[in-house]
Amino acid sequence: MADHAVVADEEVDLSRRKFLTGATIATGAVGVAFAAVPFIESWSPSERARAQGAPVELDISKIDPGQMAVPVWRKTPIYVVRRTPDMIAHVTGHDSELKDPKSEDSDQPEYAKNTLRSRSEEYLVLIGVCTHLGCLPKQRFAAGELYPNWPGGFFCPCHGSRFDLAGRVFDGSPASTNLRVPRYSYPNPRTLLIGEDEKGVA
Amino acid sequence: MAVKTASGAPAALPAGATAQPGKKGFWAWLNRRMPLDEFIASQLTGYYAPKNFNIWYFFGSLALLVLVVQLLSGIYLTMFYKVGEGSSFDSVEYIMREVDYGWLIRYLHSTGASAFFIVVYLHMYRALLYGSYRAPRELLWLIGMLIYFALMAEAFMGYVLPWGNMSFWGAQVIVNLFGTIPGIGPGLVEWIRGDYAIADATVNRFFAMHVALLPLALLLLVLLHLVALRQAGSNNPDGIEIKEKLGPDGHPLDGIPFHPYYTVKDVVGVGVFGVLFAIVVFFVPTLGGLFLESPNFEPANPLSTPEHIAPAWYFTPYYAILRAVPDQRLGALLLVLAVALFLFLPWLDRSPVKSMRYKGWMSRTALALFTVAVLVLGYLGLQPAQGLYVMLARLFAVIYFAYFLLMPIYTKLDPVKPLPERLTYHAH
Repeated sequence: MADHAVVADEEVDLSRRKFLTGATIATGAVGVAFAAVPFIESWSPSERARAQGAPVELDISKIDPGQMAVPVWRKTPIYVVRRTPDMIAHVTGHDSELKDPKSEDSDQPEYAKNTLRSRSEEYLVLIGVCTHLGCLPKQRFAAGELYPNWPGGFFCPCHGSRFDLAGRVFDGSPASTNLRVPRYSYPNPRTLLIGEDEKGVA
Repeated sequence: MAVKTASGAPAALPAGATAQPGKKGFWAWLNRRMPLDEFIASQLTGYYAPKNFNIWYFFGSLALLVLVVQLLSGIYLTMFYKVGEGSSFDSVEYIMREVDYGWLIRYLHSTGASAFFIVVYLHMYRALLYGSYRAPRELLWLIGMLIYFALMAEAFMGYVLPWGNMSFWGAQVIVNLFGTIPGIGPGLVEWIRGDYAIADATVNRFFAMHVALLPLALLLLVLLHLVALRQAGSNNPDGIEIKEKLGPDGHPLDGIPFHPYYTVKDVVGVGVFGVLFAIVVFFVPTLGGLFLESPNFEPANPLSTPEHIAPAWYFTPYYAILRAVPDQRLGALLLVLAVALFLFLPWLDRSPVKSMRYKGWMSRTALALFTVAVLVLGYLGLQPAQGLYVMLARLFAVIYFAYFLLMPIYTKLDPVKPLPERLTYHAH
């Protein structure tokens, strides 16, 4: 058996002890950091949630001109409006009444950052959730429906936010930004794919 | 009754000698294996608290009582509650309608949540009044604030569990606040929800936090709070340290043993509180929509927003501040700041005295304005964010922040009164 000698205080190599303590703590911390990864990752959307949140296809040829389809993508209603030439004409001419006519402070993909806020003139694709407090705006497409010079658009019943036929918000609405536009693309001329574009899945 | 030593004389503390090695009997047997007498002597009969506690000193023990009520009623609720998007709401209705006394257990829990905030807010207000956050009690105050934060998280997640429509939309609004953090915001929101919307995954993890992680954290923090209190000693309405004037027996001259003097006093508080609590539970469990909101009696519906979204009453001052700011990101930042500023109180207060009794008109005016601001903001947070309400919220939000940010200035300029040598105390 080896001799167990008590080391006198003055013989303790303190810098060595300090180094070893520090190294042990550092190694332990790295271990804890790695061990935390699975627990943190487990909170990300699961495979099932991701599958259910996959992009949604819509046959847009079945929407009549002037009508709106409301598919649900990721539990959120998506407003798809097939605008008539008359409706398209009504999008212009009231820029001075809008909060963000050029969509500079609003949330949309690059290809929807234009006057009509869409990839193609005819079809408007919006997330149907008011940017104020998340209510669902109602369709008021007919010109003059709300008041004489109403150009047609959306009206939120909760707090009275108004949006035009490009989803741009009018002055005097509690909402401060335009209706959001999801990422979308047209894999073929009849089909709208919501939630996916050239840059990939949203 | 004071601690007795083996000879029957009052014990001089620390009373480690009470283990009584020669004694027989079950209590002595226990004491040789666990320091029970020692614990009672050091924590209760030998813990000397200032003798001039007033009505403000009821709320610490009441908070402890409510914690026990919440733990017990909460454990019983989990026996009948089924977490899940499709089952949460129905199982709560099942508890209310079909479980024997289920309604009582649930109302105890929902009333307990509001009662918790009432006693905690009064407990904190006591600290503002008498400077209980000041040195040497900074850590005690900080631990208390952590308890408050844990309680806020606990209350918020508990509110989501019944999966009513206000649960859903409340969760939506609060979780979306994290989305305003630059850069990581949107990813963080998705991570918290575990889905692209508030969904099954969200309520499931909130349940786990609400019934396991946060209660454990709360218990640990409460323990630390008590340990820190024992070390620093209780403050008192005069805000002077009783430990500076010791008697010949080594105890503070102005101190009395916590047990029996304050345990008896606290029992009176428990009685009064119990009556008020029972009145709410049995006669007005929703308290006109303040304790339980009517939109929450319909199931969560992602496609239908309640007319106007307001949080439970205990969060409304912060909610009013959030909505008073036109910019959402700045609003969220001010909300966090409004909560976090309490942490800095021990260092913001530069007054030479602790208690409002000896502070001057400046500190008194500041506290009075702050009190009004919190109450008005609390009211405004329940109202729709429109017109005059928003303007008022802005005005009172400024007063709210001024109370904290100007404190180093006005507490220094404030003409204070001289402190007494001993506690102000009139025998009854």
